[in-house]
Amino acid sequence: MTATVLHPPSEDVRLGRTGLDIGGLVRSEWTKIRSLRSSVAAFVLLVVATVGFTALFVGLTVTQWDQLDAVQKLTYQLDPTRLILGAGFQISQLAVCVLGVLVISNEYSSGTIRASLLAVPRRTPMLMTKAAVFAVLVFVVGEVAAFGAFAIGAPILHSKVPVGIGDPGVLHALFGAGLYGAVLGVFSIAIGAIVRHTAGGITGIIAFVLVLAPLTQLIPGAIGDHIYAYLPTSAGQLMVNARQGPKDLLTPWQGFGVVCLWTAVLMLVANYLLRRRDA
Amino acid sequence: MIEVRDLCKSYDGKVVIDHLSFTVQPGVVTGFLGPNGAGKSTTMRLIVGLDRPTSGDATIGGIHYVELPRPLRVVGALLDAGATHKGRTAYDHLLYLAQTQGIPRGRVDEVLELVGLHDVAHERAGTFSLGMGQRLGLAAALIGDPSVLILDEPVNGLDPDGIMWIRNLVIHLASEGRTILVSSHLMSEIAATASDLIVIGRGRLIAACTTDEFVERSSKRTVLVKSPDAVALADLITSAGGHVETHGEGELIVTLVDAAHIGALAFTARLELHELTPQLASLEDAFMEQTHTSTEFGGHSSNSDSPVFATASSVGADR
Repeated sequence: MTATVLHPPSEDVRLGRTGLDIGGLVRSEWTKIRSLRSSVAAFVLLVVATVGFTALFVGLTVTQWDQLDAVQKLTYQLDPTRLILGAGFQISQLAVCVLGVLVISNEYSSGTIRASLLAVPRRTPMLMTKAAVFAVLVFVVGEVAAFGAFAIGAPILHSKVPVGIGDPGVLHALFGAGLYGAVLGVFSIAIGAIVRHTAGGITGIIAFVLVLAPLTQLIPGAIGDHIYAYLPTSAGQLMVNARQGPKDLLTPWQGFGVVCLWTAVLMLVANYLLRRRDA
Repeated sequence: MIEVRDLCKSYDGKVVIDHLSFTVQPGVVTGFLGPNGAGKSTTMRLIVGLDRPTSGDATIGGIHYVELPRPLRVVGALLDAGATHKGRTAYDHLLYLAQTQGIPRGRVDEVLELVGLHDVAHERAGTFSLGMGQRLGLAAALIGDPSVLILDEPVNGLDPDGIMWIRNLVIHLASEGRTILVSSHLMSEIAATASDLIVIGRGRLIAACTTDEFVERSSKRTVLVKSPDAVALADLITSAGGHVETHGEGELIVTLVDAAHIGALAFTARLELHELTPQLASLEDAFMEQTHTSTEFGGHSSNSDSPVFATASSVGADR
């Protein structure tokens, strides 16, 4: 019987004007993420792949240790954390990019965006809470992956380069991995919100991370070095190093600032377009 | 109450909504009619802020939709059933909507019960039939117990039982004093429920009146005449300026001359009459007549030269 479920309507539509409920929006975005099997699977895969590749890559490095040249050995000895986190990191970085684009583009491809925007017609709060919830999630999962990778990588590397979690810079690098992942996630959401198509967004961001960024290293001289240093991925990755490498133009925190700036600019563009465009 | 004032919308320079103004009153079901491509869905999207008007204004109780912090508690909209992610369960879809408005979880179960999806609440929307998807969309529209409902082609994909159920629900909701706007491109669906009509074609207002007025207004009013002297009577009517179609033995369908005039002609000529019945155009005919010049994708109308027999009350059954 309908009467028990539908209450007489209130005369005053102003009842709806009771202010924005940020907590509710956060719960809503969390529900959206956890209710999709694919995103849960992707997060699990992210941790497994990161830890797995760390073990594989560090193990290979150890077995090939005698063939390495002196410079490489020295690099690893100076910053073993970079070696441990670096391998799995390339994988998890791509996973975060894909997930970030998907989190918003799948709303467009499925049409859910219209339901979402009917609920939050001002749109900006929806985008911001989505980004915030995803960033926190990536941070937590990223930390699990980073500590997992270190826990499995450090003992493997121990015979060649002993490294402990208490060594200078190690905790900073572990912490930085999650932090960079979180910002990269927001960066990807911004790309997804701008492009609005899953395939286009993912292709764009992968092409950028895997192709364009490494290509700038080929630009000769200081110009190339500087362009590369200020790209969001290469700047942000510095956070995952225990110390500033000899070739790094920026300190880890400067690099982090650069990627944050990129992300902020893209989010502003994404927000502007989201508010302006018909949904 | 929904108010639309001088609303215009163009996409890439193509005018879709052209200076459209109307109001939708609470307490009755208002049918929103127009041929396919007339701009019904666009108008609804403009009312709820999914699209921005090029100019003009649409408000709900005097407030723009986007200014409502918890809009689902005021307005429920079913715009297209496809607005759910295939991989998400019906329950989770409604839950995330409820959470944005501070609506308790219990309400999710209530609306699932109401639309008859309780048994499949934890199944993924991708497994749903068109009709079930439509019911889920309706549940989403009702989640905030809104006083205004905007439903775009709600009976799409529903079986006859579902159509009856939606009609009764919509009438019930209106009787509680809610404002209800229901669109359709089929008159017959609207005839059974809506007492007010807004008819548009090519983005322009064609009529905003009660359903009865709309039928009344139609020029296609005919008189059925039965007479053993049909041939002689037909000549008289024609010379009096009427248009006559012969329909079977001794039956005439007369337009342009009213029943009283025909009676007078027969009386003067001493012709016997067996029947003299004014026929109202059906809602469907009135609709076709008033919108056929504004059909976006116009084919040729086969309707215009066929005699009009159906009365408004029989219209609901013809689909």
